[in-house]
This record gives sequence, structure tokens and C-alpha cells, in this order.
Amino acid sequence: MSAVVHDHGHAHDDHGHGHHGPYGGIMRWITTTNHKDIGTMYLWFSFVMFSIGGLMAVGIRLELFSPGLQFLDPDRFNQLTTMHGLIMVFGAIMPVFVGFANWQIPMMIGAPDMAFARLNNWSFWLLPFAATLLVLSFFMPGGAPGVGWTMYAPLTVQMGIGMDLTIFAVHLLGMSSILGSINIITTILNMRAPGMTLMRMPLFVWTWLITAYLLVAAMPVLAGAVTMTLTDRHFGTTFFNAAGGGDPVLYQHIFWFFGHPEVYIIALPGFGVISQVIPAFSRKPLFGYASMVYATSAIAIISFIVWAHHMYTVGMPVTGQLFFMYATMIIAVPTGVKVFNWVATMWKGSLTFETPMLFACGFLFMFTLGGFTGLVLSVVPVDIQMHDTYYVVAHFHYVMVAGALFAAFAGVYFWLPKWTGHMYNETLGKWHFWLTLIFFNMIFFVQHFLGLAGMPRRIPDYPLMFETWNKISSLGAFGMGLAQLLFLYIVIQTIRSRVPAPQKPWEGADSLEWTHLPTPVPYHTFEVQPVIK
Amino acid sequence: MKVSKLISALAALSTGLLALSASGSAHAIAWYFQTPASKMAAEIDWLHQVVMWIILVIFVGVFGFMFYACWAHRRSVGHKAEQFHENTTVEILWTVIPALILIMIAWPVTKVVIAQKDTSAPDLTIKVTGYQWKWGYDYLKGEGEGISFVSTLATPREQIEGKEPKGEHYLLEVDNEVVVPVGKKVRIIVTAADVIHAWWIPALGAKQDAIPGFLRDIWFRAENTGTFRGQCVELCGKEHGFMPIVVRVVSSDDYSKWAGEKKKALAAAADDPNKQWDVKELIARGEKVYAGICVACHQATGQGSPALKAPALAGNKFVVGAEQGPIDTVLNGRPNTAMQAFKQQLSDTEIAAVITYARNTWGNKASDVQPAEVKARRK
Repeated sequence: MSAVVHDHGHAHDDHGHGHHGPYGGIMRWITTTNHKDIGTMYLWFSFVMFSIGGLMAVGIRLELFSPGLQFLDPDRFNQLTTMHGLIMVFGAIMPVFVGFANWQIPMMIGAPDMAFARLNNWSFWLLPFAATLLVLSFFMPGGAPGVGWTMYAPLTVQMGIGMDLTIFAVHLLGMSSILGSINIITTILNMRAPGMTLMRMPLFVWTWLITAYLLVAAMPVLAGAVTMTLTDRHFGTTFFNAAGGGDPVLYQHIFWFFGHPEVYIIALPGFGVISQVIPAFSRKPLFGYASMVYATSAIAIISFIVWAHHMYTVGMPVTGQLFFMYATMIIAVPTGVKVFNWVATMWKGSLTFETPMLFACGFLFMFTLGGFTGLVLSVVPVDIQMHDTYYVVAHFHYVMVAGALFAAFAGVYFWLPKWTGHMYNETLGKWHFWLTLIFFNMIFFVQHFLGLAGMPRRIPDYPLMFETWNKISSLGAFGMGLAQLLFLYIVIQTIRSRVPAPQKPWEGADSLEWTHLPTPVPYHTFEVQPVIK
Repeated sequence: MKVSKLISALAALSTGLLALSASGSAHAIAWYFQTPASKMAAEIDWLHQVVMWIILVIFVGVFGFMFYACWAHRRSVGHKAEQFHENTTVEILWTVIPALILIMIAWPVTKVVIAQKDTSAPDLTIKVTGYQWKWGYDYLKGEGEGISFVSTLATPREQIEGKEPKGEHYLLEVDNEVVVPVGKKVRIIVTAADVIHAWWIPALGAKQDAIPGFLRDIWFRAENTGTFRGQCVELCGKEHGFMPIVVRVVSSDDYSKWAGEKKKALAAAADDPNKQWDVKELIARGEKVYAGICVACHQATGQGSPALKAPALAGNKFVVGAEQGPIDTVLNGRPNTAMQAFKQQLSDTEIAAVITYARNTWGNKASDVQPAEVKARRK
């Protein structure tokens, strides 16, 4: 039983605490090199950015509630859509999973901390500066850039100084991601406990290992694209200007060479969380562990050769269109394998539906829906009809929100007892799930209809036949925003709660943090390596 | 108890929404593709339906399994977990079968992709140029060759700002519609003058990004007459939502009539660049040009917009200074700003008029500019 190891670990911990505890107060957070503290900071940072990005979304939906211009002038509207996208992608969704990685990877592989502890501190502390630059751009002359989160040239050349701040913010965010990824790769490859072979690692660790490689490969490409934009703006280069021998479409090729792997950078860690949660609440081992690992690797590799499916309407040669269509369709196969494996894991299990499992089921159902609309969009002629319409907006929000965000919620409820030492309120958790599910679909399901009917994305005003769906969508957005206040309340209530959580609150959970570590986890864990048999 | 409460709450919500949608407008709720007006649009529609049905069947199948497990394999009904965790046969099957289904989809799609790209042997060729924020059309080849005009939003500002009720074709109406003959293959060459735009008519199944400095082409053949409307679909700055596209498809006879009249009208409207204009005439003409083009950035008050790097024209020393300064700026634009080169879009008279207007409005006072002076500065 685990109790033996647990006692040993605990005795050692008390010893450790006496000699080198953390600083008190704010200095603890500024100087910390502890993976748990840094994980906590990532999670709170991402919640703050999620709230800011969410407020922007509410602003967008407020303007779109009725046709005509009511609250925002078109320029401000473009700034909000741009910053909503950048903040949600780089400020909310990516950091939340790095937060999970920091907390969980050392505990799941039996390591005492991350490999490069000071680097870890630095990669977090780059983020608040990047976020400040992004938000500051609103207060510059000309405001934030109104170019869309994709920052297509040559519109970027027309923007004010806010564009430069955004470019520097993207540089910082990229640096942070690359440093974090190097840390994660090194930790996983070098610091596993004896007996924790690669093919015995929890799937969450596997998905992060693959994601970290994607980040190291993709983020420098984005940095290159925005740097070229910077020199086009200020130093007379013409990378994206035909008058000087450049090509605006070159920017799109570079951006999406980063951008498509980015989709999987966002999705894969979520897949990892779901692969921990579903077996735990099915009380049954994950079906097809090996094929899950291979499918994840296949998705990662193929994700580098599908980028131009975001660009079917730029006027590619027919062979280019066909190649990217076939490659995109192929990626549906390993993605399908993952969905089948998750369903097969639930099949003939012994299921219970606590909040993490509800979010996991919600993820499974709606992420698959988003995947299927992705298949619709892979078909070139159909995509040409729907490109840059609300159908695409609906599609990627099913992937990003119902996929990544739902997986993050599942993970938070799953590990919150371990992190805080207290149980969350199950009833409120379930309310949070159902409200989020209903309002999410209210916002985004109807946007499929808007897109089919021909409403372009990124417009502040629209023809009258789109009014009804926009009203429903906006009402959903207001509800979705309010429902997240409930989430904040649940988390604070859990932290302040006095009800202790057991070491293993989930009967079917079997990774090291549940079996080998007490609840709450001590500040230092695994100072003596566990041996996995 | 709980479930019934939830259901009644949902019922209340949906009643509210229905009431809301009924009160919204007299417009039918659009939720699917516009009725196809070309074979290409019809094929796109057909492909979409085929893929949707395949997806629907798989979706119901997979989640049938999931929901059945959620129902029948619950712990609360005493289901004991089995411990199986792999099955090679099943895993190979669910890799191979989806791959085969995808090949089945890819085959007919490939044929449509190739057909969509075939812009050879057109009956009529039109060049479309995207500007911030309007569309320019040049009839290059075929009947009507030489026709050239700019097409801008016709919806009045008052409707957009809610000061007037919105019309039937709110945001989907233009001053100059593109007119093409029915049943003829029309090749559209698409480009842009400043940033990327995208030209789209949903009912014709034709969409192409307009890329500054590059020419791309698409084609369509309208099957029936009628007016078809679309919007710019690539974010191109402030007025991106306000540059619609309207194509009117007419019979061959009507087209010939239109082309003849349009040519005559264009010739009549062409101003003699050597004519000496009266200042009042110039200002009146310039006001119209300003309201159609310059107002988007420089504002009706001439105060400009810092957000768009558009300086105030009121009290601007450059504007009221030496005449060649403003003439060159309007002719050639300012690099890296939305101030584009207007020498292609505007005639000498129009440029002279709008500069004279700007030099003598909002408290500005300066000499007038005559078309001949503009003509002299053209290089």
C-alpha cells in the first residue's frame, strides 16, 4: 500500500521545512522556485486574463446585440476582437495548462521539482509584463491594434504604436513558452522516478511532453513573423509589401505554420487532463494507452503540414489546395482514435458523475462536434464558402472553449482537493457545469447558422436577417460571463474551507500524486524518489 | 423535482427567446446557405450536405455508445467495472474505417476543386479592386469592355447610427451595382490597392481574397437573373463591415442595353480637365467627393481621427499651404497609412474639387485648385 511510502515522505518533509521554508508575504511569490507556487501563479494569472478577455467578449456581444452602431465605434470594436483573441489564446488558455504542468508533472513522475527551478520562476514572471504591454496598447495614441489576433499584413503597417507593444508582448510570451517548454522536456526526460518508464507515464505527462516539443518548434516561427512585421513598419523592409518585392501572403504562410501547431498546443494538454479524469471516474484503466500515445504523436507531426487550410481563399494552385485538404482530412484519423478510446474507457466501467467527469463528458461531446465542423471546413469548396464567416468562429470556439476550457475546468475540479487540501462544493460545481454548458451552446451553436447564412466575422454591424441569432448569442454570452463568477466563488470557498479532503478523494484515480502523497501536498514532495513497480 | 424545475426554467427561457425573435424584425431567420444561383454554389451545397449526413451518422453512433454507457454502466445502478484496456482488432478497425470514409469524401470533392479553379475561356472578364473601403470594377474583356466605376455603400449613415429606421437591404446596398449577363462565364480578376480584402457573393459560390500587388482569379456562371448580395470578408480596417458587394444578373439583351447606357453615361460624366471652374461649383462638387470617400477617416467635421492616423484637415497648415502639397498627397497617398493614392480612382476634376473643398471649409481659407493643375502634377 501507499501508506508506507507516504509516512516516509512526510517525515522527511517536516525535516525539510525546518531548514528552508519560503519567504513570507509577497517575496515568497516573487522569488519562489517551487513548482507548486509557480503553478499556482500561472493558474491565477490565467484566470485574471480569462476575466479580462471575457469582459472584452461581453463588449463585443453587447455591440452585436442589435444591428446598427450603439456602444463601440468600428475601430474600438476591431481592437476588442483582436485583444480578446490574443489575450484568451496567449494569456488564458496557454498559461492555464502550463499551471497544470507545473503542479502535476513533478508529482506524477515522482520528481521533487522542475529541472530548472530558477528558469521556471523567470518564465512565469515574463507573463505579467507581456500582459501589461497588451493592455497598455489600449491607452496608446490610436489605441490597440485592430487587425485581428492573426495580425495579417499589410493592415498591421497602418496601425499606431499599440501594434509595436503587441509585437513586443508576443515576443515575451514566446520566450516564456519556450523556456517553460525546455524545462518541461528536461524534467520529463531526466527526472522520472526509477521504474517510471516512458510508456508508464500518465497520459497527461505524455501530452505535455509532445506539446512542449510543438512549442519549441512553433513559437520561434511566430516571433519571426511579428519581427518581420516590426521591421516592415519601422525599418523600411518590404517582406510583406509587393511594391518592394515582398508578398502579403508570405505573412499568412509563416503565421499559420505557427498557428496550426498552436491549435494542438492548446488542445493536447487538455486531451491529457481528460485522459486522467475519464478513467478515474469510470474506475477502469484508460483504453488503448499505447495507441493514445501514438495518436497524440501523429497529430503533433501532421499538425505541421496542414497550415494552409486556413488560407484556401488566398488563391493557391489547385495542387496546393488538394494537398492541404488531404493532409487535413488525415489528421481526423488519429483524433478519431482518441475519441473512440475515451468512449471505450467509459464502456462497461462503473461511472459516477462528479463535476470533473461532467466537464470531461461535456468536453468529449462538444470537442467532437468542433472536430466534425473542422472536417466540414477541410473540404475546400465548402471552406471557400464559409471562410471568414461565423461558421469558423463557431468551429474554433467549440475547439478552444468546449475543448480546452472545459478540459481546464475538469482539471481544476479534479486536482483542487489535492492542491488546497479541501473539497469543493459538489452542488455548486455541478451548477457551474450546467450553466456553462447551456450558455456556451447558446452563444456558439447559433453562430453555425449565422456563418452558413453568410455573416462575415469581425464586423461591428450586420444586415437585418442575422438579428435573431445574434440576440440569442449575446444573451448566452452575458450568462456565460456571470456563470464564471460562480467558478471564482467555488474556488475561493474551497481554499477557505475547513473540510479536509482525503488523500485520494477519487476512487479510480491511480497516478502518484493520489497514491503516494498526502492531502494537502506538502511544500516539498518526493525528496526521496519513490520506486514504481 | 429538480429535473422538472430545470425543464420549466428552460421552457420559460425558450418562450422568451421566441417572443424576442418575433419582435426582432420582419425578416425571415436566415440559417442556411442562400439559394444557389450557380452550378458551383449548388455543388458546394450538395457537398456540404453529404459531409453533414456522414458526420451526423458517426456522431449519433459514437455518442449513442457514450450515453448508453452513461446510463447503463453507472455505479449507482450497481455496475461493476470491467478491467479490459486494449483490443487490437477494434483499434485497427476504428483507424481503417474512418480513413476509408475520408477517401470516399475526398473523391467527389477533388473534382469540384479542380472545376472551381478552371478560369479558362471566359465570356466576360472583370477586374475587381479592393480599396479601403469600397470596390472598384473595370470591365476588361468581352461586351462592355472599358466600363469602369467605383462601388460604395449606399446605406445612409443615419440608418447605421440608429437615427432613421433601417431599410430592407441595410448594409447590403451600393451606389453602383456590378451588372453581368445570365448564363455567361464571368472571370473575376481580384486585387487590392491597400490592404487585403475579400470579394464574396454567397449565392454564386465565388469568394477570393483581394491581395495588394497580386492578381488572383475566380469565375462564376449565374444560372438565373436577380440581384445577389455579399460583403467584404477579410478584416481590412475600420469600415470593414461597410463595403458590400452587389451583383445584378440580367438577360443578355438587358446586359447589352445596360453596357451601352453605362458607356454613354461614363463618357458624359467625364469632365474636361482643361475647363476653368468657378470656386462655388468646385466646393459643391468637392463636398460630394469628400462625403463619399474622405469622411471615413477625416470625419465630417474635418477633425480627423487619431486612431486612424488621419490628421485634422481643419486648421491644417499643409492643407491651406502651397497647392502642390495637397495635390501630391491626394494623387500619390502617404505610405504606411490608410491615405491611399487616389490617382486611379478620381478624375482631375474630382481631386481639384475635393482639395478646394478642404481648403475652404471648417474655417479654412485658401485659393481654389483647378483640374489643370492636378493634371500637371500627374506623372
